[in-house]
Amino acid sequence: MTDIEASRKALAARILEGAGNADAGVRRAAFDGSAVAEPVRSLLEKVGARAHEVGDEDVARARASGMSEDEIFEVVVCAAVGRATRRHEAALSALRACTKAK
Amino acid sequence: MRLSILDTGHSFGTKVLFAFIRTVSRQPTPEPLKLIAYRPDFFGAQMKTVTHEAMRGPSGWTVGDRELMAAFVSKVNECEYCIKAHSAVAARAYGDQAKVSAAPADLDDAPIAATLRATLHMLAKLLREGSVAADDMSALLAAGVSREQIEDALAVAFAFDVTNTLAGAFGFTIPGPKAFEAGAAFLLSRGYR
Repeated sequence: MTDIEASRKALAARILEGAGNADAGVRRAAFDGSAVAEPVRSLLEKVGARAHEVGDEDVARARASGMSEDEIFEVVVCAAVGRATRRHEAALSALRACTKAK
Repeated sequence: MRLSILDTGHSFGTKVLFAFIRTVSRQPTPEPLKLIAYRPDFFGAQMKTVTHEAMRGPSGWTVGDRELMAAFVSKVNECEYCIKAHSAVAARAYGDQAKVSAAPADLDDAPIAATLRATLHMLAKLLREGSVAADDMSALLAAGVSREQIEDALAVAFAFDVTNTLAGAFGFTIPGPKAFEAGAAFLLSRGYR
């Protein structure tokens, strides 16, 4: 069987706890999908819910607020991995619940 | 790419590698490669490990099945780049274009195994609604999908949910069909490492 648990956790630990340009608190908030300050908030809301609708203007606004490209790169990665992690864990928990009941 | 660092911010060695790949493939540097090769210590190195394990690790699903899942997840997430890229790999892996073309478009009529079809329906619900119920999983098990196969499919969905999201957010440019064919040949022979 495929086992991505260790590598998935190592990925999350690296982007959240390892060195980065963006503040660790902002990276954590991006990962958790919790509120961050505008204008990066609207960018991350789109990333978490409908990334295909992100436009040049969303990234441009974040840049205009003083964020570097590296900071944007990091918080967007955190938001993407956080979103996928929540879905993954919800599905694993549903699977555990039904196999436990049997 | 909406961030110039993802186009031109790579280390010198990586730029040399990109130039080599462009020369050999006669295609532009693939966008996902630019993403994972940018500051690989932050994201790309770990992400490659996750994706390779999900797509090429031991599994009750074939490589073709998992590539089709990747294309299908990308369809649900409306990621055009990834739909094209992974449909091309799935078609090569299966040796069957029709199977792949039909599946993302019309799941119920696609010429795929019932277990794969049921699994794709579960993945669609997970990605659209953000969760699935224990009953959805019970139904999959009753349909003959093993617990291990469900976990393996969820691993594929995790890897491609991340990738689809980043492709959309960073604005991957979509190349012509020859680029996807070249990429598919590479991913089929070498995987994601």
